Amino acid sequence: MLGRLSWAAIPFDEPIPLIAAGVVGLVILAVLGWIVMKGWWPYLWREWLTSVDHKRIGVMYVTLALVMLVRGYSDAIMMRSQQAVAIGGARGYLPPSHYDQIFSAHGTIMIFLVAMPFVVGLMNFVVPLQLGVRDVAFPVLNSVSFWLTAAAALLINASLVIGNFARTGWMAYPPLSELTFSPDVGVDYYLWSLQISGIGTLLAGINMVTTILKMRAPGMFYFRMPVFCWTALATNMLIVAAFPILTATFAMLLLDRYLGMHFFTNAGGGNMMMYVNLFWAWGHPEVYILILPAFGVFSEVIATFSGKALFGYRSMVLATLAICVLSFMVWLHHFFTMGAGADVNSFFGIMSMVIAVPTGVKVFNWLFTLFHGRVVFKTPVLWSIGFMVTFVLGGMTGVLLAVPPVDFVLHNSVFLVAHFHNVIIGGVLFGAMAAYNYWFPKAFGFTLDERLGKASFWCWFFGFYFAFMPLYVLGLEGMTRRLEHIADPSWRPLLLVAEFGAILIFFGILFQALQLYVSIRTRESRRDLTGDPWNGRTLEWATSSPPPPYNFAVMPEVRSIDAFWEMKATGRIAPEPRYEAIEVPRNSPTGFIIAFFAVLVGFSLIWRIWWIVILALVAIAIVVLAFGWSENREQEIPGAEIARLERARLGLGPGE
Amino acid sequence: MTVTTIEPVSPDRVRGRGGGGPAPTRIVVAYGFWIFLLSDIIMFSGLFAAYAVLSAETAGGPTGPELFNLKNVFIETACLLVSSYTCGLGILSAERRQRERFLVFATLTFVLGAAFLFIEIREFAGMVGRGASPSRSAFLSAFFTLVGMHGAHVTSGLLWLVYMVAQVIVKGLRPHVRRRLLCFSLFWHALDIIWVGVFTLVYLIGAR
Repeated sequence: MLGRLSWAAIPFDEPIPLIAAGVVGLVILAVLGWIVMKGWWPYLWREWLTSVDHKRIGVMYVTLALVMLVRGYSDAIMMRSQQAVAIGGARGYLPPSHYDQIFSAHGTIMIFLVAMPFVVGLMNFVVPLQLGVRDVAFPVLNSVSFWLTAAAALLINASLVIGNFARTGWMAYPPLSELTFSPDVGVDYYLWSLQISGIGTLLAGINMVTTILKMRAPGMFYFRMPVFCWTALATNMLIVAAFPILTATFAMLLLDRYLGMHFFTNAGGGNMMMYVNLFWAWGHPEVYILILPAFGVFSEVIATFSGKALFGYRSMVLATLAICVLSFMVWLHHFFTMGAGADVNSFFGIMSMVIAVPTGVKVFNWLFTLFHGRVVFKTPVLWSIGFMVTFVLGGMTGVLLAVPPVDFVLHNSVFLVAHFHNVIIGGVLFGAMAAYNYWFPKAFGFTLDERLGKASFWCWFFGFYFAFMPLYVLGLEGMTRRLEHIADPSWRPLLLVAEFGAILIFFGILFQALQLYVSIRTRESRRDLTGDPWNGRTLEWATSSPPPPYNFAVMPEVRSIDAFWEMKATGRIAPEPRYEAIEVPRNSPTGFIIAFFAVLVGFSLIWRIWWIVILALVAIAIVVLAFGWSENREQEIPGAEIARLERARLGLGPGE
Repeated sequence: MTVTTIEPVSPDRVRGRGGGGPAPTRIVVAYGFWIFLLSDIIMFSGLFAAYAVLSAETAGGPTGPELFNLKNVFIETACLLVSSYTCGLGILSAERRQRERFLVFATLTFVLGAAFLFIEIREFAGMVGRGASPSRSAFLSAFFTLVGMHGAHVTSGLLWLVYMVAQVIVKGLRPHVRRRLLCFSLFWHALDIIWVGVFTLVYLIGAR
């Protein structure tokens, strides 16, 4: 009846996950109770859960990412603390089976449920505004994408109390991840969650590529698009080209596990290195999927706060596209030790060094943009400059690791761990935080507190250095990654330094939460009434903060790069235009309902409860068919209503 | 406080390509669907790669030449390719608002697609009956997954076709129905492209 699910799935003997899950459960119940008591449920359903507005969906993506960041960080601090105490004779406080789940969950969550939703959310929110259009190409599909990602988040977190998560690391290499060696549900949780979120991400990528290529304001030729849109285009093309590989790879592993096939098994002619190759054929482009939007953010932030046009716009675009293509030609550097031979390893080593060149071009472009600029040191600028310093360092250790003989020494050591945290925290996360501070006023109509924002930056910045620089040294000394117990007591001092860094990062997160809280409390005094708090250059600043559902009352006409800057400079301030009716997409519960059943499908597949799988799949089919039959997906906002909203925003009278 | 509004654009510029503003819905929908098909083809490329790597790994079990019957596969292929032709004719009739002709071609497409599927399922059943099941060897895992994934796509294509015929009968050939038909035909033709790969890589090369 319930497949493999029984009371034994609840880890009553492990207090840590049980208490953690209990606390999280209570918090969720409290929030839900609060919503019900306040009578906010209809508002939440109408304005958010069923919303297909790209701005709302973007905000929900980023919210999901921030919540999951806390979960991912909890895993991180637990690992760091275990390594700081479990040295020599001490055993620490985490049993190996739990520790292994933590490092697997940490990686999985940070990549798929923090970094991905953060950048996808940013692109969702910003790109249509920067392109001067009213929504993405497929608004309902957009909502489906988001809710599928949220469904995956729910499933992965459910593994905390119902059963267990994978103990394989976040890449789930076979044969360890095969049924023979991981017979429990952990790897199934990993695979099904990521299949669900992967479909969501793929749909989001298709949507965004179509939006950027087919829906731009009049006059917005390719070489007038803001750089963030270019990086978003490159990222989404990578999503479309890379995520299907992951889907196919996971499908094969699932077939091995569920139907006894032999893709990656030891027996029957399977080839486990094929998994590793396919995984990284997705995995390396994924790295650039994450970092390219961050590059876009820095380009926008640095140009805006330097009060200058971005230096080398075209070279920036070309560098972005070069990275986009090259990112598919370096995957083997993740496993030089496979033993593919000197020729293959040299090719991938050289390609990995080549990909650093366009990245270098970008760094110089940012530096030259700052040069002779009147730089305003707002929080997003601090994150950007912190990024430049940190990322260049991470890039250099990356080039070092691209040398195959060096990689043979450092493979799977904590040097590698330090390297990729160096580029992902120093690149993606710093970029995400810069973007969060930069576009927050656009999303909510008030700016964030500067003092707390800067405090958060400094804690993150120094926290990062304290946490990861010791790992470079330890890696060189031979410490391998994922150690639950450390035999060599001489590593203790550096591990304690790393622990200190992780605690500093905790204060970074704390200040961020405080910044949000304080800013909301003092929002009346920090309202952004102009829609252009930073003296911006691109079209998102041309509309009000927060923008109306239709984004632009009249579609803007673009005459140059930095379209809004040109409008301000040439004073293209029209007399009041004639407002016409605008079609906006209607709300739709399709995404929410599909994701609800996707959770059921995933959960019952994990526990092999076949009848629920079938019922839930039928339910999804019905929802899709119903949507495929529907017609009136748009509703019209009459011109008079738009005139009223716009006049109110511009502080004009009620009009004729 | 300076307030900036934006000049209106003359409506004749809001169409077409490049800098001419957002494209019409039909273009956007078909284009988005194209991108989806590209991603689907990449998913298949993963399975093709796996098949290429594992095709010799028979683990002492049955091999390609022992299992493949090129005559069957030829008939199968012919059914699918002709179904693509009838599908194309059906879409042309739909564009010309010839409802009856469309229904005839849709029926032909369905019959040919179903025939393809029938032959494939018979082949699979025969193989499993002879002990050549997907769990026998890595070669057979890759074979069943690649070919079966294509078959699953054909199955969903057939269901989609039935659904579209229902929409045409109930709603007529309205613009949004024709838009969906266009996507269906793109999907159906893409399955041909993938099948050409399967036919060549799996059957033609594998039967020797």
